[in-house]
Amino acid sequence: MPVKTFRAALNEALHQEMARDPRTIVLGEDITGGKGATGEKDAWGGAFGVTKGLLDAFGEKRVIDTPITESAFVGAAAGAAVTGLRPVAEIMFVDFLGVCFDQIFNQAAKFRYMFGGKAVTPLVIRATFGAGSRSASQHSQALYPLFTHIPGLKVVIPSTPYDAKGLLIEAIRDDDPVIFLENKLLYDTTGDVPDDSYTIPFAEAAVLREGSDVTIVAVGRMVSVAMDAAKALATEGIEATVIDPRTASPLDTETILEMVEETGRLVIVDESNPRCGFAADIAALVAEEAFDVLKGPILKITPPHTPVPYAPNLEDAYLPDAARVIAAVRRVMAHGE
Amino acid sequence: MTDLHALPMPKWGMTMTEGTLVDWLVPEGALVEQGQEIAEVETTKIANAVEAPVSGILRRQVAVPGASVPVGGLLGVIGDAETTDAEIEAFVSARVSISAESDDETPAPRLVETVGGPINVLSLGGGAGIPVVLLHGYGGDLGSWMFNVDALASDRPVYAIDLPGHGASPPRAASELADLAKAVFQVCDALSAPRVHLVGHSLGGAVALTIASTKPERAASLVLVAPVGLGREIEAEYLTAFLAADRRRPMKQALGLLFSDPDAVSSDMVEGVLRSKRRDGVPQALAATLEGFFDPASGQTQELRPALSGFDGPVTVIWGDVDGIIPPAHADGLPKTSEVHLVPGAGHMPMMEAASAVNRLLTAHFSSADRSG
Repeated sequence: MPVKTFRAALNEALHQEMARDPRTIVLGEDITGGKGATGEKDAWGGAFGVTKGLLDAFGEKRVIDTPITESAFVGAAAGAAVTGLRPVAEIMFVDFLGVCFDQIFNQAAKFRYMFGGKAVTPLVIRATFGAGSRSASQHSQALYPLFTHIPGLKVVIPSTPYDAKGLLIEAIRDDDPVIFLENKLLYDTTGDVPDDSYTIPFAEAAVLREGSDVTIVAVGRMVSVAMDAAKALATEGIEATVIDPRTASPLDTETILEMVEETGRLVIVDESNPRCGFAADIAALVAEEAFDVLKGPILKITPPHTPVPYAPNLEDAYLPDAARVIAAVRRVMAHGE
Repeated sequence: MTDLHALPMPKWGMTMTEGTLVDWLVPEGALVEQGQEIAEVETTKIANAVEAPVSGILRRQVAVPGASVPVGGLLGVIGDAETTDAEIEAFVSARVSISAESDDETPAPRLVETVGGPINVLSLGGGAGIPVVLLHGYGGDLGSWMFNVDALASDRPVYAIDLPGHGASPPRAASELADLAKAVFQVCDALSAPRVHLVGHSLGGAVALTIASTKPERAASLVLVAPVGLGREIEAEYLTAFLAADRRRPMKQALGLLFSDPDAVSSDMVEGVLRSKRRDGVPQALAATLEGFFDPASGQTQELRPALSGFDGPVTVIWGDVDGIIPPAHADGLPKTSEVHLVPGAGHMPMMEAASAVNRLLTAHFSSADRSG
């Protein structure tokens, strides 16, 4: 099986879908140019190198470099989607989507509903998210709960190169607006990725590990944090199930509940803000639907409710890590049995 | 002179990096025969028994039940009665220090270019013996043989292949039985293996029979494991559920029907099948393959008993006696030249469920087939 980076897996998904379906276009800032470059085209392939090579393969009509105006090109993408194209808009940082909430929340997310189901909006908005890159509070947030909150949007958060490719192809082929969020610290991670095109259905959690003592739910980069914790816990005889919902909306509630029923304990690892967040949502689901199987409290491992700090020592302390997950698991293991 | 042998954690399949010792099946100090099942090991894919590599005394159980041991790590030590405890201690500590850096030269499957397109092949073994080609069943992949390839590869080349549209082999537009047989010729040509022993499981058995009847000169012998083609009955629920499943839960349920113990199916096994099936064009190719040997109203549509009667070479037929997919009664009334073995307690996957027993049958088949041919 070929080993590829997360970045290369996304790039391959874009290449393959653009080749398969001429309605697929990409647009965004610097995706064919490059700030600080000497004027050559496709200097970088976007701020994170994900769109590299698309310009050569598909030309300027389908690979569109935009001005620095997210509200304009996200609106253009939404309009293009509702009139027959399958646009993929790239936003450098999810933090910048604040300036186009109307385009996303009130337009794209509502077209299907407000036009009696007759309009489809096959729009994908790709954006990076997450702390840990010393980029300060306006370039580091994990805002997936904002989009999960809005009916009509689908929210995808891949954690591995394999999932990144399969979920992006699924997102492009989906007829609804999809917010596709890439943790910037994952771009250089590697994994097995088939050369063939393939899709991963939404609302299908990945079960990465099965144990009988505790269920850990995590998305994005937190999946590797949860796996590190689970491996360390195994050496002290605590066996954890680790599941990655992969999509925050729609959510695979069945797998979460099934796995909690088997272990009776739940720890959620989430790098978004704790209030009204992803972890809180899953905790509420399990408390309502599986209360009788719980042996102890549901614990949420999240950052504190603060902006992402710029000081490196504070940023490191801000992010959930394996040590915190291990401590939480030990705490819930004190309950039951 | 002491004679100590390590009992290492086996490697079953590509992705296995460690296993958990479920329990010892014999106590420390017990006399064990080569090939005897002496420990039960569980991996993320499946649980299976570990066999004694040599006859002797199980002098030391190094791993305790419940322990995770990396592939190649030491489970136990087999030796003779004369060896002192101090010698065993020395053997264990020497072994522990090397196991940390050994392994890693596990052979990986690779795509082999053939006239009709690439085919994924796991190549093992070598030497002058007639090569063995292993053909999995419908919806399966070369991982079906993870417990068998090493036992077969000791004295001959072994090729486990993914049929088109299965495992990591790309789907092809034409994927009915004759097309699959053609793909096997093509990959044998590409591997410079003009004449091979064919081992086919389920649909792979029908592929082997098709080759035996259309190009008998290419088949040195046949081993048919619960093959398609010898009767009408086949569990439609499995076939339709497998084809429809695109998610973990329904796929796990479908695959459970293959085994006498449905719990043998792990999440990793399910994930592997789903990853293959999610590739573009694969569901369509699998539907076409199914249509070629199955009709919902009448069951199996390929009548391959004449192919078996017409084949001159040695034939062994192996069937799990509680097979829930294709009834073992299909092994009744076969030509006298076919040697039939029922494997007690095994479902439709005897080569996984009763690997030791099936490995012994396979080894016996090849040594007698080599003598006769």
